Amino acid sequence: MKGRVLVVDDDSALAEMLGIVLRGEGFEPSFVADGDKALAAFRETKPDLVLLDLMLPGRDGIEVCRLIRAESGVPIVMLTAKSDTVDVVVGLESGADDYIVKPFKPKELVARIRARLRRSEEPAPEQLAIGDLVIDVAGHSVKRDGQSIALTPLEFDLLVALARKPWQVFTREVLLEQVWGYRHAADTRLVNVHVQRLRSKVEKDPEKPEIVVTVRGVGYKAGPS
Amino acid sequence: MSGDSAASAPGRSGGRPGRPVGRGTAASRWRHLFDGDLLQGGVQGSPVVRLVMRWVRRPLLPVMRLWRRNIQLKVVVTTLLMSLGVVLLLGFVVIGQVRNGLLEAKVKASQSQATGGFAVAKQQAEQAVSVTGEEGTAPDGRPSQSVIQWMSDLVASLSSGGQGAFDVVTLPAGGDSGSGRGPRASGGVNPAASVPAALRERIDTGTGAAQSYTRIVYAEKDKESQPALVIGKQVNDPNGDPYQLYYLFPLTQEEKSLSLVKGTLATAGLFVVVLLGAIAWLVVRQVVTPVRMAAGIAERLSAGRLQERMKVTGEDDIARLGEAFNKMAQNLQLKISQLEDLSRMQRRFVSDVSHELRTPLTTVRMAADVIHEAREDFDPVTARSAELLADQLDRFESLLADLLEISRFDAGAAALEAEPIDLREVVRRVVSGAEPLAERKGTTIKVVGDQQPVVAEADARRVERVLRNLVVNAVEHGEGRDVVVKLAAAGGAVAVAVRDYGVGLKPGEATRVFSRFWRADPARARTTGGTGLGLSIALEDARLHGGWLQAWGEPGGGSQFRLTLPRTADEPLRGSPIPLEPKDSRRNRGLDDAGLPRGGDSEKRATVPVNRPGADDTAQSARDPLGPRPGASAPTADPTALPGNGARVVARSGSTRMTPGAAPGTNGETDEGVPAEADRPAAGEGGDGAPRGAQKDGEATRGR
Repeated sequence: MKGRVLVVDDDSALAEMLGIVLRGEGFEPSFVADGDKALAAFRETKPDLVLLDLMLPGRDGIEVCRLIRAESGVPIVMLTAKSDTVDVVVGLESGADDYIVKPFKPKELVARIRARLRRSEEPAPEQLAIGDLVIDVAGHSVKRDGQSIALTPLEFDLLVALARKPWQVFTREVLLEQVWGYRHAADTRLVNVHVQRLRSKVEKDPEKPEIVVTVRGVGYKAGPS
Repeated sequence: MSGDSAASAPGRSGGRPGRPVGRGTAASRWRHLFDGDLLQGGVQGSPVVRLVMRWVRRPLLPVMRLWRRNIQLKVVVTTLLMSLGVVLLLGFVVIGQVRNGLLEAKVKASQSQATGGFAVAKQQAEQAVSVTGEEGTAPDGRPSQSVIQWMSDLVASLSSGGQGAFDVVTLPAGGDSGSGRGPRASGGVNPAASVPAALRERIDTGTGAAQSYTRIVYAEKDKESQPALVIGKQVNDPNGDPYQLYYLFPLTQEEKSLSLVKGTLATAGLFVVVLLGAIAWLVVRQVVTPVRMAAGIAERLSAGRLQERMKVTGEDDIARLGEAFNKMAQNLQLKISQLEDLSRMQRRFVSDVSHELRTPLTTVRMAADVIHEAREDFDPVTARSAELLADQLDRFESLLADLLEISRFDAGAAALEAEPIDLREVVRRVVSGAEPLAERKGTTIKVVGDQQPVVAEADARRVERVLRNLVVNAVEHGEGRDVVVKLAAAGGAVAVAVRDYGVGLKPGEATRVFSRFWRADPARARTTGGTGLGLSIALEDARLHGGWLQAWGEPGGGSQFRLTLPRTADEPLRGSPIPLEPKDSRRNRGLDDAGLPRGGDSEKRATVPVNRPGADDTAQSARDPLGPRPGASAPTADPTALPGNGARVVARSGSTRMTPGAAPGTNGETDEGVPAEADRPAAGEGGDGAPRGAQKDGEATRGR
């Protein structure tokens, strides 16, 4: 399994500890302690996943997240000490796929990283349709009228999960489990934020969603094809 | 009540507004009308009167509202009415005095004139006697032609002296008109009509002069009558026969003067009244305008626009009001901004502490876990140390998390993310999460009332945290007995109650359980190492939802914790679908504190001292819909206790005690006004059935 992980954290002790744990789990960690240098390090190491602390000297984590997301769909997991809604939502909106609140257990961290890195190795060739979108699961592409839409892997997974069962209404908990790989329901804000992000990319009018439809009081479902 | 009986009892029908008028009633009313019995019909048909009244009053309603709300109008109208009264009084007095003055002079002049006239008449009669001697009277006693002539001359000569200032009238004395001396009058006066009969009688009976007011009636039709003073006396003619001589003094001039005075007074009075009204309006406006301005600005202040100030001009009382008002606003703004700063700082501090503490804690945590993983390679002492380190780190972490959560509530930084959730889902998650602990304890967790969706607008994360806390607590303190989680929805509320049958709560503990770091028994070992903040946080979570978290317990009989949430986020709670005290409490089963059945003697039970005042108050306030919100009157010894808190540990309502035979289902528990029907939340309870019952019951109590 590919396992290059870029750890962006200014706390050297924590970074070192993360390194110990990640190496113990078979990952290849690399480190950067400064927000300004994070992007350069990202380009250089081409990691499979980024562990990003939100509070950094220089550029803060949100900004770094936005920059990385601008040029890559690589999974980003935020490390945050703040579990307040605003902080989390801002982090997620800037492009992070998942977040983990300090203090966390090493196992929890590793589980999250694995869940993000877990890409179904060779998906069977599969064509899905949702609304006026055509999804090529194996080719990892989404097209509207032949025009491809760029999605991050997580957004793609979310869309595929919905499109596979267009008759089913997914609760946020189910989506958390299927897309994020959470065994126990955690924070449904993750789902809300990512659905918003997905809508902003795939919907013609994000105010009136037709692809990802909200079922009030329950969750989300795929719009009619 | 039929229409006819209503008509026959008008008093009672009158007490029921809006009663439809029956056909029979209307018919009988019409009959009354046609019988000419209008008054009685009117009284009997009080609804009709009321209808008319309503019809009349409807356009007046806005005026009445204006009257109630507008002090300026009130003052102006009052001033107008009062000044009108004063002016009228003044006018009457003045007019009375002027009239008296005018008439007095006239009467005096007239009297002297008349006295002179009477003397002249007498003198002329005597002269005529001395001139004509005995020949004046015919032997048959009839008045001779000369007397008639003499009388005409007399009238002419007497009236000629007045030059129209008075008229003279002679009338025969008594009913004697047969003597041929018919009435005579000067100036075209109708003699008989102008002299009032009462005066004629008085003159007939008396010998002196008498006077009266009258109106002169003229013989000519188109000449208007005019007010006059009439003075009359009985005088003898040359023959010695009496006749009545009247002087009529027209009061035209006086009347003219009086009406002039009246007119002047009325005009002046009108002006005074109008001017007073205008002055009152102006004066009141001077006071009311700043008051209204202050009211408007106070409203804007309370709406959050703290920079609003009053305009202050001058140094009068109004200006002082404005200054005081502005000072108040200034201080409020200062204090509020200080508090906001404090709150912001607090939040900032919490956030910073959070970050600063958590980062090293994360490192420690990971290091401890790595050591813990490798503990098999260590000697026993180090291995055990590693275990202790990891365990206590868990505890430290949850304590830190709880502390931060509490301080977030204290800083007011906690935000509710409410959306419609099905509480059954939450309960299912919580129960499955608590299963491992329950297994260890040998407890079974039962869920009741989950046949139908229990949907409410709530923050799933917080509700789950609350319920997890309650269920874990119940399992922990349940002594291996069953734990029952009950769900119910009724009216605008949903509730989850967690019942255990463990050690229960001592009296007074039901409110203290929500205190921070409170422990039921400090000596008791805790298996899950709770932080002592769980219930405090749960209470804050419930509050954030606008809901209640309450506890009930009896020593040795277990306890019940009830979370009640409004169905929609901003709806105030009125009651809970689940009674706080469970039906299977010892008291409801008629058992005493030792769990033994009570003696069957109901009399004895009825003499047991009645419930504690606190519980009584709660019941009272529940019965009074206009009173403070349910539970607001509950003992507030513990500030962390919610409204309608569960201070009623072993308190019981008198009615329950009086009817010990009552089955649990019919238990009259009307906690917070929720009817007994809502107490059966389990099967088949639709979303609407219970609310309707609640409505009905609420109305019934209102009628009491």
